[in-house]
Amino acid sequence: MLRIRAFEEAALAGFEQKLVLGAIHPSIGQEAVAVGVCSNLDPADILLSTHRGHGHTIAKGADTLAMMRELFGREGGTCHGKGGSMHIADFKVGMLGANGVVGANILIAVGAAHAIRLKKAREIVTCIFGDGAINRGPFLEGLNWAGVWKLPILFVCEDNGFAATTRTRAMTSGEGPAARAESLGIPATTVDGNDVLAVDEAVRRLTGEIRAGAGPRFLLCKTYRLTGHTGADPAGYRSKDEVEAAWKGDPVARLRDLLATAGVEAGEIAELEREARAEIAAAFDAAKASPLPLLERAFADVQDVGDPRREAF
Amino acid sequence: MPRMSYAEAARQAIAEEMRRDANVWAVGEDLGRGGVFGQYKGLVEEFGPERIADAPISEACIMGAAVGAAMMGTRPIVELRFSDFALCAVDELVNQAAKARFMFGGQGRVPLVVREPIGMWRSSAAQHSQSLEGWYTHIPGLVVIAPATPADNKGLLKSAIRCDDPVVYLEHKNLWPLEGEVPGGEHLVEIGKARVVRGGQDVTIVTWSAMVHTCLAAADALAKDKISAEVIDLRSLWPWDKAAVLASVAKTGRLLVAHEAVRVGGFGAEIAATVAENAHDKLKAPIRRLGAPRAPISYAPNLEDAVRVKPEQIVQAAREMLRD
Repeated sequence: MLRIRAFEEAALAGFEQKLVLGAIHPSIGQEAVAVGVCSNLDPADILLSTHRGHGHTIAKGADTLAMMRELFGREGGTCHGKGGSMHIADFKVGMLGANGVVGANILIAVGAAHAIRLKKAREIVTCIFGDGAINRGPFLEGLNWAGVWKLPILFVCEDNGFAATTRTRAMTSGEGPAARAESLGIPATTVDGNDVLAVDEAVRRLTGEIRAGAGPRFLLCKTYRLTGHTGADPAGYRSKDEVEAAWKGDPVARLRDLLATAGVEAGEIAELEREARAEIAAAFDAAKASPLPLLERAFADVQDVGDPRREAF
Repeated sequence: MPRMSYAEAARQAIAEEMRRDANVWAVGEDLGRGGVFGQYKGLVEEFGPERIADAPISEACIMGAAVGAAMMGTRPIVELRFSDFALCAVDELVNQAAKARFMFGGQGRVPLVVREPIGMWRSSAAQHSQSLEGWYTHIPGLVVIAPATPADNKGLLKSAIRCDDPVVYLEHKNLWPLEGEVPGGEHLVEIGKARVVRGGQDVTIVTWSAMVHTCLAAADALAKDKISAEVIDLRSLWPWDKAAVLASVAKTGRLLVAHEAVRVGGFGAEIAATVAENAHDKLKAPIRRLGAPRAPISYAPNLEDAVRVKPEQIVQAAREMLRD
């Protein structure tokens, strides 16, 4: 969580310095979801994430230097600088992609789980999406599909209260994400998404059930986006009081308290924070010093048949 | 050579590829009952319901799940019933399938085939008749195939299933019962190679899908007038065989493109522009394009026919090109 927080803060600084070029969606305040979920996944397990996916990607094991290079659009980025913040992926750690289209990852995740079923393999799939995604068709189609085929998939709704910059509850009919999942026959659990131990405990139980062949499970994590929707969003649509109150529930601060209560020395916690910041600062500097991608990458990996490098016109 | 229908040729292609490669599977609505046109008949009996998978009426999920399953190393054949319904899955095809390999820097591939039958068929009207192949050619990452004969439907579908790119595979509904000879044994057709269906000297007619047969009828009529038309079936629109078209135009000096799709913004425009750019010095007459008027397709047969390119129009256009 400390590494994710440090990464997001550095990424925002990179956005201010015009090193991060496109839109950036920070997950500051949502770190407990990423860590509580991914700490229960094996390296071979599959994860699909959202446009607000840096935290999930780090928690799944991606290299922070390769990620920072990707955000800066540099050679050596996880996607060779072709995806950027919103389309980050690291297949070698089972992270099958963030997605620039809200809810689109649900269907891809369901398909990944379907492939696991076809291959009779042991892995499971986790799909994280936001509360805004539940009002798109893929939520219905994907959850229904997972239920019909009893697929090994954990759906995690990371409910930060906002669909882009609009309060989701103002745009959502009925009882919301968990009720919708239950209506499709998928057991739903709701947890405080800012309590990393609560998320961890719930995910351990749910992934255990999924691994045992029980079919899909749904976890609703109630959290709060402490920054704007994007690096450029001042979030003037919510009051200062509301945000200040939300900072009192900052999951990183709560983790610190938790560790202190458990008897971890303050110096030890400070040392962990220093290490996290040092790792990310080094990644930031190395990414900044990295060259732009090789120009030929603009035409590589489009397609084999009808490759633009061979089709002259 | 064995004779079989266009539908049966495709069915055999799928069966052969599924026997060859355990990663190949098909998913779509009603496949367990043989598919809406019977093009999957008998396959569930051989391969079982896991590999010939029935799907809910969830086009977006059929397509999107296939993307995820393809990224995980399986090779899905996606059945979307009518190409018109594929529009419910445009994000999944255009933003996801076509982009994933590139956007993630080549970390994964999306080897899938999307079968979406196109074309006018038996008063199916505006939402069951469209030919939207031109749209897909505009999307980097996609391969676009539109077979016209049983032999090609077998050989191209087999090649499409073996292709590591997402392939949009557009069979024409009116061709399902069309009988023709299909080479026995392992029959593969290379994607991107046109076929000269009929040789000729005076005018090059470029076409694809069911319009190939309309053009052949026109070429027969033109032959009676001593006009020798060369008919080229492109077979695939991306990649398309520019070399074959340019070579033919270099010989005939005249290009006529005919397609069932709407003429405005149709793929014929791309062919015409390419020939104009690269072979203008060979042209003895202005290039002609024939396609549907920019109007939706009607239900009543006479109204449906009003937007259909007919042999007489092709004959007339060719005659006009040879008049000067």
